Amino acid sequence: MSKRLLVAVVLLALAALLVAPVAAQETIKIYTSWPLTGGTQAVGESMLKAAQLAVEHYIADNEGGPAGFNIEIVALDDASPTTGAWDGVIEAENAQRCVNDPACMVYFGTYNSGAAKVSMPITNAAGIAQISPANSNPCLTRTAASCAADEPTIYRPSGVVNYFRTNATDDVQGPAAASWAQCAGFESVYVLDDTQAYGKGIADEFVLHAESIGLTVAGRASVESTDIDFRALLNDVRRSGATLVYGGFVLDSGGPQVIQQMSEQGLFDAGIKFMGPDGLTSPSLFDQIGGVEVAEGNVLLTFPGLQPSALTSEAGQRFYQDYLAQNSNEEPDPYATYAYQSMQVILASIEQAGAADRTAILDAMRGLSGFDGITGTFSFDENGDSTLAVFYGYDVSEGKIGNAVAISPTMQDTECVVTG
Amino acid sequence: MDLELQFFIGQIIVGLTIGSYLALIALGYTMVYGIVELINFAHGDLFAFGFFISLTIFTAINPPRPLDVVGLLTILPLIFVITMLLTGGLNTLIDRVAYKPLRNAPKLAPLLTAVGVSFALEAIYAIWVGANQVPYPNYFPRIDILRQWFGLDTAIQLTTKDLFLFGVTIPLMIGLNFFIERTKIGKAMRASAQDREAAAMMGINVNRIIATTFFIGGALAGAAGLVWGLYINSGRFLMGFEAGLMAFTSAVLGGIGNIRGAVLGAFIIGMIKSMSDFYFEPSWTRVMIFGILILLLVFRPSGILGSTQSIEKI
Repeated sequence: MSKRLLVAVVLLALAALLVAPVAAQETIKIYTSWPLTGGTQAVGESMLKAAQLAVEHYIADNEGGPAGFNIEIVALDDASPTTGAWDGVIEAENAQRCVNDPACMVYFGTYNSGAAKVSMPITNAAGIAQISPANSNPCLTRTAASCAADEPTIYRPSGVVNYFRTNATDDVQGPAAASWAQCAGFESVYVLDDTQAYGKGIADEFVLHAESIGLTVAGRASVESTDIDFRALLNDVRRSGATLVYGGFVLDSGGPQVIQQMSEQGLFDAGIKFMGPDGLTSPSLFDQIGGVEVAEGNVLLTFPGLQPSALTSEAGQRFYQDYLAQNSNEEPDPYATYAYQSMQVILASIEQAGAADRTAILDAMRGLSGFDGITGTFSFDENGDSTLAVFYGYDVSEGKIGNAVAISPTMQDTECVVTG
Repeated sequence: MDLELQFFIGQIIVGLTIGSYLALIALGYTMVYGIVELINFAHGDLFAFGFFISLTIFTAINPPRPLDVVGLLTILPLIFVITMLLTGGLNTLIDRVAYKPLRNAPKLAPLLTAVGVSFALEAIYAIWVGANQVPYPNYFPRIDILRQWFGLDTAIQLTTKDLFLFGVTIPLMIGLNFFIERTKIGKAMRASAQDREAAAMMGINVNRIIATTFFIGGALAGAAGLVWGLYINSGRFLMGFEAGLMAFTSAVLGGIGNIRGAVLGAFIIGMIKSMSDFYFEPSWTRVMIFGILILLLVFRPSGILGSTQSIEKI
């Protein structure tokens, strides 16, 4: 008897599965792909919440989804549970899942530039629009000094641009940081990195530019990203007479430990500061070093865009305040701004296309111009990059990533005053 | 005093501190190898367990930070004992589940289960505490002794935390040495290490002795994890890998199976790391450490003080 009941239930469930797609015909799916586990879990979750908030705001403002469609976010994780970091195999599977799902109209990712290198050719061949909330490697969209000869064409097998981003890129981050350091009065810098592509690349750029503008590089060292004891190295920093440590790190490669041990070994007490790139610019950094008070007044961070709290536009303030309200006043991750803005772009493109059609939506996104995002008004250039992409430097104050100043490799002494 | 000399002395202190926590971990490698000829790859992860479990207990008790004198004399020893018991117990359990059934199997089998246990533990830690850096609050008061107590203007840093590290690790090492050299169980351990079958024939319960060895090795790693937490104040789910690698190298350098060799090896590795990070570059430190290891093993295959095992087995 119970066996028959079971069979009946299973049959019913199967029938429901068959019927479901028909009922959900008016739904457009957006697949997101970035780490939701591992070292950057906090960043990924915050970006997802911001993307969802963008959809909520759109529906509230337009009394419905774009072009009358329901929007469903399918949140995928591209981090490997064993390493806690993004994984190329998982990322490729994620992109393939979107391609294989007829309802998937936009592939929304990635966080790590390395992961984008994996998924971009897949979405490009399929003619699906891809937009990233965070990738900052310049080679994804155009040639730069640090790129391989065949970049970015290898990411565009079809020859058509299908990839977009609204944040700035790394190639100016190292130089801009060096100029900012000099502008802010530092004369001697000790430069560290984690021996990985991103960290070492950005630290090398910093050193090159520092030497060209007359900022002394008192020491240069690459550390094992798995190392756990940096005290001997920090004594060398002390000996070098540097007043600033520039660290090319990300959240899961030793940066938090260097900051924490700088504090513990009394380097901060001795007036030595730490400056780090966008890979460390996240509120979750403060949890890892034992509290924001450790960083306050001692840590400087650079970021390819505006922090949520620094958004001045009305829409930007609405995002920031509503996010705080929804998440019991937990600060959004800096990249949440760009997750929200990218979702704005996606929804506008669907509205413009007016149909659940991959090509029409891609064309609409490419043709976007004078778009009012939460960081300002921008268009996409022929490479898919935003025309409004500026780097900012931040201090840590009042318990969060604080005051912003626009930074650039050519900034002058008068421009570096950090203002609220 | 000359500034360079002050920095040199500072580096010696750093090297000694690295050596002391590595020694506690290296002892577990060498004891287990001495008695069952197994490289317990999961041993570094016991160090990480000591870190996480003691942090969990501290968080549950939530004492003032830093601890006051009463706390230092009551809560701290209590947490030490619980951490050592739990970590020792975990190591005994690992032996019971993953190594003991393979005692007479080919050597490769327990080696692989050890690697498996290590990966499994790391994955469990990642789920338990997350993949991020975990801060360990400053429960132990840090006072810069030379400057704050003696008013000296010097680049040498010697803090109360350094003294605490030495104050815990050195007595533990001496205690272990005494235990193995002078007690009945220690004698039984040495006998079992020399010849398991003969020891069994003499009426020694070899299985119990092996379990005891795993327990003591684990307890020392647990103590190291707790001391590390209070000393360095941060850790990560993978911290056992790095620490285990260095500690295992220490044990081999000193002569695996040899208790004093493990301690000596740990201090040598600590000193190399400290000096290399300071006078050369951190990116060369591993080259230095393993270069010296290779050179030494080529000329002295059984390590500096000699592996008791290989000499007596041959």
